[in-house]
Amino acid sequence: MKIGVFICYCGENIGRTVDCAAVAKAAAKFPGVVHSEDYKYMCSDPGQNLIKQAIREKGLDAVVVGSCSPHMHEKTFRKACQSAGVNPYLVEIANLREHCSWIHDDIPSGTRKSIDLIRIAVEKVRRNAPLVPIQVPVTKRALVIGGGISGIQAALDIANSGFEVVLVEKEPSIGGHMSQLSETFPTLDCSQCILTPRMVEVYQHPKIKLMSYSEVQSLEGFIGNFKVTIRKKARYVKDEVCTGCGLCVQKCPIKKLAYSEFEEGLATRPAVYVPFPQAVPNIPVIDKNVCTYFKSGKCQMCKKVCGREAIDFEQQDQLIQEEVGAIIVATGYKLYSIGKQEEGSPYKGYGEYGYGQYKDVINGLQFERIASASGPTSGEILRPSDNKEPKKIVFIQCVGSRDESKGFSYCSKICCMYTAKHAMLYKHKVHDGEAYVFYMDIRAGGKMYEEFVRRAIEEDGVKYIRGRVSRIFKDGDKYKVKGEDTISGMPVEIDADMVVLATAMIAQQEAPKLAQTLGIPYDKHGFLVEVHPKLRPVETSTGGIFLAGACHSPRDIPESVSMASAAAAKALVLFGSDMLEREPIIAKVNDSTCAGCFYCQKVCAYSAIERKEIRDRKGNLIKTVAYVNSGLCQGCGTCNATCPSKSVELIGFTDEQIFAEIKAFSMN
Amino acid sequence: MNFGYYPGCSLSGTGREFDKSLKEVLKVLDVKLDEVKDWSCCGASSAHVTSHFLSVALPARNLILAKEQNLENVVAPCAACYNRLLGAQEEMNSNPILKEKVESAIEKKYTNHLNILNLVDLFNNIGLDKVKEKVKHPLKNINAACYYGCLLVRPSSLTKFDDAEQPEEMEKIITTLGGKAVEWNYKVECCGAAHSIAHTEIVKNLSKKILDDAIKNNADVIVVACPMCHSNLDMRQKNIVKENKDFKEIPVLYLTELMGLAFGIDEKKLGLDLHFIDAMKLSKKLEEAAV
Amino acid sequence: MSHAVHDPIYQEIVDLTGQDPALCYQCGKCSAGCPIREYEDSAPNRIIRYVQLGFYDKALTSSTIWLCASCMTCSTRCPQEYELPRLMDALREIAIKKNIKPAEEKVYKFHKAFLKQIKNNGRAFEFGLVRDYKLSTFDLMQDVEAAPGMFLKGKISLMPHKIKDRNSVKKIFKKSEGDEQ
Repeated sequence: MKIGVFICYCGENIGRTVDCAAVAKAAAKFPGVVHSEDYKYMCSDPGQNLIKQAIREKGLDAVVVGSCSPHMHEKTFRKACQSAGVNPYLVEIANLREHCSWIHDDIPSGTRKSIDLIRIAVEKVRRNAPLVPIQVPVTKRALVIGGGISGIQAALDIANSGFEVVLVEKEPSIGGHMSQLSETFPTLDCSQCILTPRMVEVYQHPKIKLMSYSEVQSLEGFIGNFKVTIRKKARYVKDEVCTGCGLCVQKCPIKKLAYSEFEEGLATRPAVYVPFPQAVPNIPVIDKNVCTYFKSGKCQMCKKVCGREAIDFEQQDQLIQEEVGAIIVATGYKLYSIGKQEEGSPYKGYGEYGYGQYKDVINGLQFERIASASGPTSGEILRPSDNKEPKKIVFIQCVGSRDESKGFSYCSKICCMYTAKHAMLYKHKVHDGEAYVFYMDIRAGGKMYEEFVRRAIEEDGVKYIRGRVSRIFKDGDKYKVKGEDTISGMPVEIDADMVVLATAMIAQQEAPKLAQTLGIPYDKHGFLVEVHPKLRPVETSTGGIFLAGACHSPRDIPESVSMASAAAAKALVLFGSDMLEREPIIAKVNDSTCAGCFYCQKVCAYSAIERKEIRDRKGNLIKTVAYVNSGLCQGCGTCNATCPSKSVELIGFTDEQIFAEIKAFSMN
Repeated sequence: MNFGYYPGCSLSGTGREFDKSLKEVLKVLDVKLDEVKDWSCCGASSAHVTSHFLSVALPARNLILAKEQNLENVVAPCAACYNRLLGAQEEMNSNPILKEKVESAIEKKYTNHLNILNLVDLFNNIGLDKVKEKVKHPLKNINAACYYGCLLVRPSSLTKFDDAEQPEEMEKIITTLGGKAVEWNYKVECCGAAHSIAHTEIVKNLSKKILDDAIKNNADVIVVACPMCHSNLDMRQKNIVKENKDFKEIPVLYLTELMGLAFGIDEKKLGLDLHFIDAMKLSKKLEEAAV
Repeated sequence: MSHAVHDPIYQEIVDLTGQDPALCYQCGKCSAGCPIREYEDSAPNRIIRYVQLGFYDKALTSSTIWLCASCMTCSTRCPQEYELPRLMDALREIAIKKNIKPAEEKVYKFHKAFLKQIKNNGRAFEFGLVRDYKLSTFDLMQDVEAAPGMFLKGKISLMPHKIKDRNSVKKIFKKSEGDEQ
């Protein structure tokens, strides 16, 4: 084998602490090396040309580049070599920058270590075999989990590009939290007015299969080739015959027992219900937990009045299989509860704010419903306890956010803006009312955001007080709010009629479970994690699964929509080719020595180990051995390290290659 | 049942009725107390003001004495003592440098671990069902405002007792005794504590806020488990009345006194005659209800 | 603890309190809930601020550190779990050591009188405490109306309860005073 070695100075990055010329000179003497040189920037065009030229002139069939981390330019050098006729897997990178020059400060030791690193790489490349990338077919169809604004946007983008989408929503209707909002900052346009056309578009789109009241149950397969099982929960209303006339909803005798989820507990709904008038699909659901028929076997009023015989009390959950090539997770968020927290819960709740026992101490979403024209008060600002118009209203920010003690360390990001909006909406509706906002910092980074907050203060006269509230005392029909203005250093006490808590945006409770089902990481708060915070913000570490919206971290509508479009674009990139190329660095099982213990299967984080039966010519089973699914294997090597009989090898990193590297180092 | 007992200074002085009523009640419940022999002051609210070392060493001496006496647990009915003993235990267990310094001053070795109980813990340990059995005159018609003050519930990381903002353990005992616990705002607000003498004004104002809220929420009695809170809330009412003609006095009772009444113990044995604000009328109210 | 390296007072505070004052992000919840806020010359959050920025004189001469009743409302509600009463303790301890005149002398004298009783008797002795305190402050008239009631009801005894092993308590005091010098 004829090996060429190329040492890069990376300007001063490597050159400062490594004598690159000396390294190149030393490398020339290593076994198999027929060419060795150094150059200022090997990754530059002239640098790459040096490599190509040497390959052609000296007939090299393997290359070692001593440069920066393979994360940076491995691809560059592999491509350059490939164009000159060398198999890209016969190119090795010795990391002389991150592993050497950056962490050493004298030339002798930096140079010595660099020579070692090159020797190691040369010994490995001598044992490399030419490899060919794996080709896998792509199912050009996407699954979107979550039908809030993020999921809707992602589904529409993909569907409008001509690919099919399965949109799964766990609630009876799509729309998510955005459908509950009154107006949206910083433009104050009506949330439902801008959202509902999108919801209808989803419903009418020929390429979108909407599955509401459904949840993802399990997932198999890999990028381009997922098999999803979806649980379609029993609605007890046949969606294929229901016309959405609403007669059952009108006639249901249970009117007050169930708190409306959509109205955030500020109103009640019947046992058979549609969450809100513009719901998509407009098909009711029977709430088994309050329905008289399910509880006592009597009633059936809905069934009696339905002219289409759509009510089916015997309906069961259905499991439906779908095949998709890409998955977008857009499961959104929920709000930190203002009530007393249950035992074992990571957050404690705020006893000092009454643990939600004070009726007129509400959260931000509840205020949205009160301010919404479609809400329980038809948009009039009335407090829940006695339906009176509050003349003094206090908004408290950072409840649960930025609170290591009772909530979460992070900032929920959107509360500064929606609180300014709430105060503004209040002042627009209650002209003689006073609005106070207790804040710690105003975080209004965004287009026209700061201006929006200033408008609330300057034009609408909202009083901002810098400090956290310590306690709310109930005093007759008033709420005494005790705070401190830390700017003036003065204690502040406000006799409020109503208090709105800007509670933290937190991860959906089921998010970790879903993440486990999908095999994607989540953080300690339950938010889903991207593979790289800067350069790959919508991809997960599992190929083909992307993130959109607040399931990733607290974010507002514009950011969620952008992220959804980005995730859709990532899925579309995938759908751009018929076959997927994957790195051939995967595990391989030696059938003759595998004892079938399947320890490898237990340790594999990617479920890539399958069972394969070995039969003789007559078809008798001889043994069952492990088999690596090349689509799923990520080449992590855990099976390789675990196998008791050494029957698993990692192609490209065989035991022989690794031992050669270790030996090369000890030769020093 | 036996419990170690650390009465603390107040229970032999201004809080004498606390000690009396506790012992009476425990007699009925068939519980015996082993007093820590030759116990000394825990340093109360003064030691920590001048020296962290003192605030640990003074209570630590008592922890060591209790251990020498082979006590497994110690009841500290005074909330301040309870808090100081717990705090010292925590420091001695977690701060080896300070521990060594304390040991060299006391000239004795400290060994972990003593179970330190407050008044409510004590009854929970005895069992509320047992308390219920002994009730002769249920506290019908009695609306009690349970006042926890600071030191029973705070810091919650130390006391690990009940909810720091909306505690309910004392209310449970009141209900067990047949009484009604009122909902009110000030059960964990501070009464001004040790400022009683140096800043009577502060204590009077803080106590008034507490008393006002209890009265506003229709309480007949404020129930406490701390002699410092008791003396502030009880004694300061006289000054408050002088300055506020409309102020209606409200008796302040130790939890054990109220329990004693429910057990049918004579009010003088419970020390109800030792209060500044007439507590005897409460027992009359109880008798009327019984008729 | 970046300050601590260069600044002995900051380091002493960290040692005494076991926490870095840098934890505080100045939300003011401590001041908002402080029961004696209206009597203090500086809001409690500002005391931490003074320490964070090295304005120790402002902190050590403030009345707040002496008026703090250690009710621990602040630390219970602090989003950063900072134990402010321990900082107040530390600042008083440092002020005493540095012979800085307490902004609230009456408070200091009360605690001194209280501790003197413990030092002498092993236990608090309320009569002696009040007597010593009144003599040191000349605040003779205060609570005269309460006192007779106290005696009559046997709540205040004229003689102290002395413990047997008073020596052991004296040794504790000696050790703590040795520290202060």
